[in-house]
Amino acid sequence: MLTVALKALLSHWVRSPFQLTMMLIGLSAATALWSGVQAVNSEARASYDSAASQVAGERFSRLEAPDGQDFDEENFIRLRRAGWLVSPVLEGTTILQGEAVRVLGVDPLTLPSGAVSVDPAAPGRLGAFLSRPGLILASADIAAKLSGRIPQTIETSEDLPDGTVVADIGLAQMLLDRPGRISRLIVASEQRSGLTALQSLVPELELRAPAAANDLARLTDSFHLNLTAFGFLAFVVGLFIVYSAVGLAFEQRRPTFRTLRALGVSTATLSGLLVFELGVFALVGGALGVVLGYGVAGLLLPGVSATLEGLYGAVGPQSLTLRPSWWISGMALSALGVFAASAQGVWTIWRMPVLASAQPRAWARASRAVRLWQAGFACVFCAGALILLQVGNGLLAGFAVMGGLLLGAALALPLLLSATLEGLRRLARTPLTEWFFADTLLQAPRLSFALMALLMALSANVGVGVMVSSFRLTFNAWLDQRFVADVYVSARSSEEGDRLFAFAAPRVQEALPIWGAEARLGDLPGEIFGVAVSASYRDHWPLLEAVPGAWDRVETGGEILINEQLARRRDISPGDVFVLGPGWSARIAGVYSDYGNPEGQALVEISEFRRRFPDAPRLRYAFRTREGDTDAFMRSLVSEFGLPSEAIIDQAQIKAVSRRIFEQTFAVTAALNALTLSVAGLALFASLMTLSSMRVSQLAPVWAMGARLPGLAGLELLRTAGLALLVTLAAIPTGLGLAHVLLSVVNVEAFGWRLPMHVFPGDWLQLGVLSMIVALASTLIPAQRLAYMSPSVLLKVFTSER
Amino acid sequence: MSVRCLFLCLWLCASAHAQGFAGLGAPAKGFASPVRGGELSFPADHGAHSEYRIEWWYLTANLEDSQGRPYGAQWTLFRTALTPGEGGGWSDPQLYMGHAALTSRTDHVFAERLGRGGTGQAGVRTSPFGASIDDWSMKSLAAAEADPLSHLELFAAGPAFSYRLTAKSDRPLILHGDRGYSLKSASGQASYYYSQPFYKVTGEIELNGRRTKVSGQAWLDREWSSQPLAADQTGWDWFSLHFDNGEKLMGFSLRDSANGFSSGTWISREGRGIPLSRNSLKAIPLAYTRVEGRRIPTRWRIVLEARRIDVTLRAINPKAFMKTSAPYWEGPVTISGSHPGQGYLEMTGYE
Repeated sequence: MLTVALKALLSHWVRSPFQLTMMLIGLSAATALWSGVQAVNSEARASYDSAASQVAGERFSRLEAPDGQDFDEENFIRLRRAGWLVSPVLEGTTILQGEAVRVLGVDPLTLPSGAVSVDPAAPGRLGAFLSRPGLILASADIAAKLSGRIPQTIETSEDLPDGTVVADIGLAQMLLDRPGRISRLIVASEQRSGLTALQSLVPELELRAPAAANDLARLTDSFHLNLTAFGFLAFVVGLFIVYSAVGLAFEQRRPTFRTLRALGVSTATLSGLLVFELGVFALVGGALGVVLGYGVAGLLLPGVSATLEGLYGAVGPQSLTLRPSWWISGMALSALGVFAASAQGVWTIWRMPVLASAQPRAWARASRAVRLWQAGFACVFCAGALILLQVGNGLLAGFAVMGGLLLGAALALPLLLSATLEGLRRLARTPLTEWFFADTLLQAPRLSFALMALLMALSANVGVGVMVSSFRLTFNAWLDQRFVADVYVSARSSEEGDRLFAFAAPRVQEALPIWGAEARLGDLPGEIFGVAVSASYRDHWPLLEAVPGAWDRVETGGEILINEQLARRRDISPGDVFVLGPGWSARIAGVYSDYGNPEGQALVEISEFRRRFPDAPRLRYAFRTREGDTDAFMRSLVSEFGLPSEAIIDQAQIKAVSRRIFEQTFAVTAALNALTLSVAGLALFASLMTLSSMRVSQLAPVWAMGARLPGLAGLELLRTAGLALLVTLAAIPTGLGLAHVLLSVVNVEAFGWRLPMHVFPGDWLQLGVLSMIVALASTLIPAQRLAYMSPSVLLKVFTSER
Repeated sequence: MSVRCLFLCLWLCASAHAQGFAGLGAPAKGFASPVRGGELSFPADHGAHSEYRIEWWYLTANLEDSQGRPYGAQWTLFRTALTPGEGGGWSDPQLYMGHAALTSRTDHVFAERLGRGGTGQAGVRTSPFGASIDDWSMKSLAAAEADPLSHLELFAAGPAFSYRLTAKSDRPLILHGDRGYSLKSASGQASYYYSQPFYKVTGEIELNGRRTKVSGQAWLDREWSSQPLAADQTGWDWFSLHFDNGEKLMGFSLRDSANGFSSGTWISREGRGIPLSRNSLKAIPLAYTRVEGRRIPTRWRIVLEARRIDVTLRAINPKAFMKTSAPYWEGPVTISGSHPGQGYLEMTGYE
């Protein structure tokens, strides 16, 4: 009985393979985009993590031998006894029981917290870690291979890269056979004042600045959240397809359900069978989605890597590994999508009386009441978004506002459409136009899910488009302002730099040193630059905010300029006093825009800079040449001074490089945008295809009254194009709202700069045309079918009229 | 003082033992235990006793600047052994922990340092006497024939403070309990325990970037054992009191599931220590302060009928909480009542 019932249910899909295809396409597209984005994100994170944990203590400053070799642990004692909080690390590779193992030796008693990815000082572990034979923490692969084969207790740690063990430094010296040696000293970030300088205590060691790995994760988080938000949008759009396919299948099978119930299949069995059927779809759609997602990830990965490298200087992921977690999450997501989309259908079956009408109602008709409910929810979402915009802060709140805005707009759409169509219908003069509007009004609710999906995709497109073009405009203007010198040169040593300056000064209009040093600005990593204040800076440097006479104050008053990122992160503005480092605080004379730089930056007068950083390399110079003399000057640098030509960049080149980095930044967002739009097109296509087969009964009377089929097909095209146009019109204000949130909330949080909004109506025209093309393409097949429909099909409507 | 904690234990063996504060109630395997009648000999016993599990060099100072503002300073070196005895280099089982703090009416700043004995980062030597961890040190400046502890120089520093103090005493060491054998519970747990409570101190402190000359008095405790607490003892309150008349009182009260265990030593002006009879010292909490999410008594009434002592202790800074690996409250107090004066208060095991 069970098998028979199942066969009866499944036969529907055999009869309508198109519906089946649409359903699977929707499901796998939704899963694919989401899991693809997740895959890219997790690859990127894994690559930061492994980079960060490769070397313990990367987050901290380190003391190392100049040649990178081991040195005597006596340096550790000497520094500790002088009050420096340093901790020794020994790193090396050895063979343990035939396995190559990377050994990381640490001293848990002095190790600053967070210096290694595992915590050897965890309660209950430390005693064993310090005792002999000892306890080692090992990556899973090593733990499996060595367990029980060495005298040490082994504890597995998921946080260690493959092939790595962490041991007490004394044990590591023994395992690596390097008694009394250490590879580096981690320098804790907080040290007391009044300590003897490191150079005089350990002159043979060099202090290295912390790697930016940790800051990198913080900076790139915003980028990944951005991707996640788009992935989710695509998933939701994909679900609309599934929802319409499943809804239709349930409606069309109502007679089957009734018959099965009448034959004695219980509601429980029937619902169970439907859930089983949906489970199978989820499985197949999910599997397809994960495979497609792998493809999407592969497609996006180079762009993501390029963006990460260009924007943040991070080494992005280079290759993709198919992780089991993707399969699981992809499947789970697909199942969630199927059941979310079909919950309503299953619920209806569960409650359906045996003798319910078998009349297929096509789609659950969106009655006026439903539309009002939708409008109510739309208001709630929009109001929520507005409130959050006022009171919330942070990146997550920004994305929540965008989500609320999108959903609100989508839910308001049906009401908006029906109101507009009602109005147009009243204006109609001929019976055919009146029929056309009335019929469109009837179609609109059936298409509403596809149209909502289109609205969301279009709005996202408008929003991102406005953001990117606003950014491009601001960025280009800024580039022209900031890169005012004609030639930028890098010397190979400070000594060469000095000679270069002497050589160039008489040959150019202005020679500007650009000397910088990495520094911690308060608790954030950043750079301090020394500038020779000159007309070039006064006239061109893009200041966003400044106190009067800012450049004079920098030149003679010891004041500083800071970039917008630093000003926003520390919430400081011109006139405030900022602590640059121990014993160095300065008043802020102005804030300048500094796009494309993830870190904080400060400008100080050059003599002040030399006093504070006597050892900073003097390598980079910018030169303003005399009128028309640029090429000759560049040639003289190569031929007379002897610089390699790759050390010289002219203004055009430097701007081109900056623009390329800029374009990469948004390449991935644009790609996702396009993908989302195509999924929305697919949703529209699926809805129209299924509708077209059901509309014969409504078209037949019009045809019978003399309307010609090609004309009706033309009207179909016109209708879809008109609906697409209406949706585009609705998408523009929504998109502008999104753009506002992107520019004034998300960008500020993610990058640290706020941009003015620039609107390009020309782009919207383009988008309108694009959405119409999408709409027309999705109607083409149904319209063509109608145009060439055999009269017998239409006649059958009257013969089989119920 | 009774049972200065060996917090390291908590942090070394935590989770494994739920007995007593900081794992001090855990049994001692392979370690030596104090025996009654074991004669202490100096200066050898000023050094480390590596066959015992825990030990400390613990100095607390009540200080005052030229304007009469009170300060408290703490300098402590704890030793804990993973196993008895010593080893070379990194495999030395002797671990050291330094705690230093500076307390004023409004501020309480502290720092913690950890290190191993075998590497030279931390340790105690006897001739000349010196206890140190990193750049923190307690060094003897005493003449060769005098007791090494009679003249000390102390230094400690953290991110927000530092101090350098000189402490001198012309009176003898005080041996607690039975010639230094100090009982800690009714069931017989004990430690070796002696003090030098007669220091006159001068020096300079630096608190939040401001340097101040200070002077005052200090109290040094030396104690070692392998298991000083009974399993059911959960914490203690310890008092070291300098009365204005020149007398001193050390008292402790151990809290347990029953009536507790209190003891101590009354010390005469000349430096004679007289052990208190068991539970004759009454310590009654009068007022509590909420510190770091704990409810801690910061005003006490101390009664010792035999000496007609009935005084009230008030914390100079009720927020003098040591948020170290094993947290506890430690800070200076003023004494009013029958015997006015000043002193130090330590409290552990409050939740």
